[in-house]
Amino acid sequence: MVQSSQAAGGHVSIPALLQRNASQFASSPAYREKEFGIWQSWSWSETEKEIEALALGLLNLGVNEGDFIAIIGRNRPCFYWAMVAAQSVGAVPVPVYQDAAADEMAYVLEHCGARFAVVEDQEQVDKVIEIQDQLHQFEHMIYVDPRGLRKYDHSKLHQYSHVQEQGRAARDEYFTTLQGRRENLDYSSICVMLYTSGTTGKPKGVVLSNRNIIEASKSSSEFDRLTKAEEVLAYLPMAWVGDFIFSIGQAYWCGFCVNCPESADTMHTDLREIGPTYYFAPPRVFETQLTNVMIRMEDAGRFKKWLFDRYMALARRVGPAILDGKPVSAGDSFGYWLGRMLVFGPLKDTLGLGRVRVGYTAGEAIGPEIFEFYRSIGINLKQLYGQTEASVFITLQPDGEVRADTVGIAAPGVELRIADSGEVFYRSPGTFEEYYKNPDSTADTKDAEGWVATGDAGFFDDVSGHLKIIDRAKDVGKMASGALFAPKYVENKLKFFPNVLEAVIFGNRREECTAFINIDLTAVGNWAERNNIGYASYQELAGHPKVLETIRDHVEEVNRSLADDPMLAACQIHRFLVLHKELDADDGEMTRTRKVRRRIVEGKYEDLLEALYNGSSEIFTTTEVTYEDGRKGAISATLQIVEASVMPMAEQKVAAE
Amino acid sequence: MLDAADGYVTEDGRKIGGVLMEMKNITLRFGGVVAIKDISFDVREGEIRAIIGPNGAGKSSMLNVISGFYHPQEGEVWYQGAKRPPMKPYQVARQGIARTFQNIALFEGMSVLDNVMTGRIRQMKSGLFAQALWKGKAEKEEVENREVVEKVIDFLEIQHIRKTPVGRLPYGLKKRVELARALAAEPSILLLDEPMAGMNVEEKEDMSRFVLDVNDEFGTTIMLIEHDMGVVMDLSDRVVVMDYGKKIGDGTPDEVRSNQAVIDAYLGVAHD
Repeated sequence: MVQSSQAAGGHVSIPALLQRNASQFASSPAYREKEFGIWQSWSWSETEKEIEALALGLLNLGVNEGDFIAIIGRNRPCFYWAMVAAQSVGAVPVPVYQDAAADEMAYVLEHCGARFAVVEDQEQVDKVIEIQDQLHQFEHMIYVDPRGLRKYDHSKLHQYSHVQEQGRAARDEYFTTLQGRRENLDYSSICVMLYTSGTTGKPKGVVLSNRNIIEASKSSSEFDRLTKAEEVLAYLPMAWVGDFIFSIGQAYWCGFCVNCPESADTMHTDLREIGPTYYFAPPRVFETQLTNVMIRMEDAGRFKKWLFDRYMALARRVGPAILDGKPVSAGDSFGYWLGRMLVFGPLKDTLGLGRVRVGYTAGEAIGPEIFEFYRSIGINLKQLYGQTEASVFITLQPDGEVRADTVGIAAPGVELRIADSGEVFYRSPGTFEEYYKNPDSTADTKDAEGWVATGDAGFFDDVSGHLKIIDRAKDVGKMASGALFAPKYVENKLKFFPNVLEAVIFGNRREECTAFINIDLTAVGNWAERNNIGYASYQELAGHPKVLETIRDHVEEVNRSLADDPMLAACQIHRFLVLHKELDADDGEMTRTRKVRRRIVEGKYEDLLEALYNGSSEIFTTTEVTYEDGRKGAISATLQIVEASVMPMAEQKVAAE
Repeated sequence: MLDAADGYVTEDGRKIGGVLMEMKNITLRFGGVVAIKDISFDVREGEIRAIIGPNGAGKSSMLNVISGFYHPQEGEVWYQGAKRPPMKPYQVARQGIARTFQNIALFEGMSVLDNVMTGRIRQMKSGLFAQALWKGKAEKEEVENREVVEKVIDFLEIQHIRKTPVGRLPYGLKKRVELARALAAEPSILLLDEPMAGMNVEEKEDMSRFVLDVNDEFGTTIMLIEHDMGVVMDLSDRVVVMDYGKKIGDGTPDEVRSNQAVIDAYLGVAHD
């Protein structure tokens, strides 16, 4: 530990880094926020003063060392300052999702025992007041936007700017205390507590120390050679670990500028205006952007469309190679240069990604076509794999070794291990301290030697040595032959086809894999319209022979790609059917966040599942459905069972030896 | 309670000042049709004052009298303690009275920002020549005015449509842009002609919140005409009820609600 704190240059806390930046980069911008139509900016030395004023104001309000301060709001400089001000006085910031429902918020605030909260506006104030009775330790609330709050009882409610003013006024009184508290911070002090989203059970508070955050920020910044000249746009929820690492950890380590959009609705315009050089977005954002581009190109004039198609074809062929600095023929190189002038450059600018030097996507699998599209037009989009417990980084893709189907190599300082069960374990300086007030979960997740279970199953790719994540460990099973069964991996491959909305693969402890498939009504409906295929209902379209034929082609294509992979070749789909209704959260078949509930689907459609394995060619079924208003009804249909051809597999290999 | 010369305090603790505007025995005729018949009422500083009534009761005519668009044949309008001579609408606007319209009257081809900027016309003093050259005073003025406009845009949460042509906006947002333009004039009285007409429940709630916030934040006196009784009763401090050009009720929402003449007018009792 002594060594690593020296490696961080003796700056063992975020407030210490702030002081370093304020003296080293005094006049460079630290924060920008668009307000009143103009980008307002704060230099590092101004930022230090703002944070100091707030910290003094917090002392004035009676914040003790070790108190928890909830931060509830969208990405704005004042909230980032509040987090660092909280750290400066020895308190622990706890960013909370601002759109959380009142009871979720109540759970988090009560669990950490927050005494203070910094919130954005009337809406958040009301929400906290509503749950205040359930919070035993809660005392003061600080709000940023005074609008509509004039008439509220202000005995325990304070305006952010007033707290700062009081802090400035009481500087002489509290400055030594502040200095003392800042000096008390060391590498093992708590930097931040972040709550995991809680897809299973109640959210857990992940305690991250200064060592975790600073080491993770330092090594990842060095990995991508981030400098103080980077520009990032902070638009992802502040309660998410990624935003904390990008907008605080790496920003303070490197000294780069964090830009905050004007409002959630203006994010795209603001993105274009700032032109970030370092950018992160979940796959869904890239997907939506690409869809928008494609739709607009469909509506473009014939010449523009021709130009776009022509150069995109070229980009697909040589773009990724050029991005990786591999040699291409002189003709292609010239063509690509021309394409950049005519198509890629303006396109990247429209997307707001014209200056991106390092872009990351993570969180879920990204479709290879989408990934390749961005890379082919010269955007250095890469994948990373991480989680809150690791201070984000577990694996990263180095420049020049980027692939759509892997998540890269171990991040600097991270050790990786794959257990016999196939589950991925890691150990790193970024590994979290504990789950707050939950020693049982901590012990379940992190062993005595510091190895943390990710809950994901994966393996190392033989050729590249990169880690491939295949599935949540608890969904992974074995087929009757002993081969690895990884449903999510196969389902994702299917879902990358626009026509497939959902897929559920079966095969655990069975001889062969089969699938239920949901068609995407928008995509398939559009196709039907263009091909003059009439249909009256979803059900009719789903059962149309031509649709089944198309889906079979997709399945066979997936089978071909699975056959190339000796570990997953056994997961090829032998038979499938297209469901007569969409899987729906109202029917309990999915979670509200649109994740398939495998067990429930399996139970509910038992008859269909049986038909997939008993050699029938069609099956009549009746299914209960729940309408949005809660009424129930039933639909029945005769479903075709479609055989798909499978590829012969290379010799079998059992999962992760 | 209304006799107190220096105002009163509302239930939720807002201080209402003295009389800002007073209508004395206003009668307005169009040829033989009497649109408004001998109506008197006052508007106090910081108040939200509503005019309600069935269709054709003369509500919009009343608003048009206040805004100087119509000139009553009889009666006087007193504003800020002085009798107001007959005025053109632009002169009224200069006195600090801004309005929105029942049928939205925005410049459809112009952006939201430009539309709201037109609300600042009263504060633009530089001449045509200076404006054309964009030098010195004109530039400074534009910057100052833009700042006010941006604050209004921020207040009404329309940043995301700042550069969008008004013609492309949905109805609810257009209404909000119109309110923004009126607010940009920094009026002392804001006249809202059916601000919630044709809106769905959610849009109405938004608009109500903005009306209350404007009143609360800037202390603007607001006069509004509205059909939705629920909205009126929730928002306003005092209500004038009109029917067939006559005032049939005046008072707090509770008083008005229990007024027999008002109940009759709304339930449709035969008129003599």
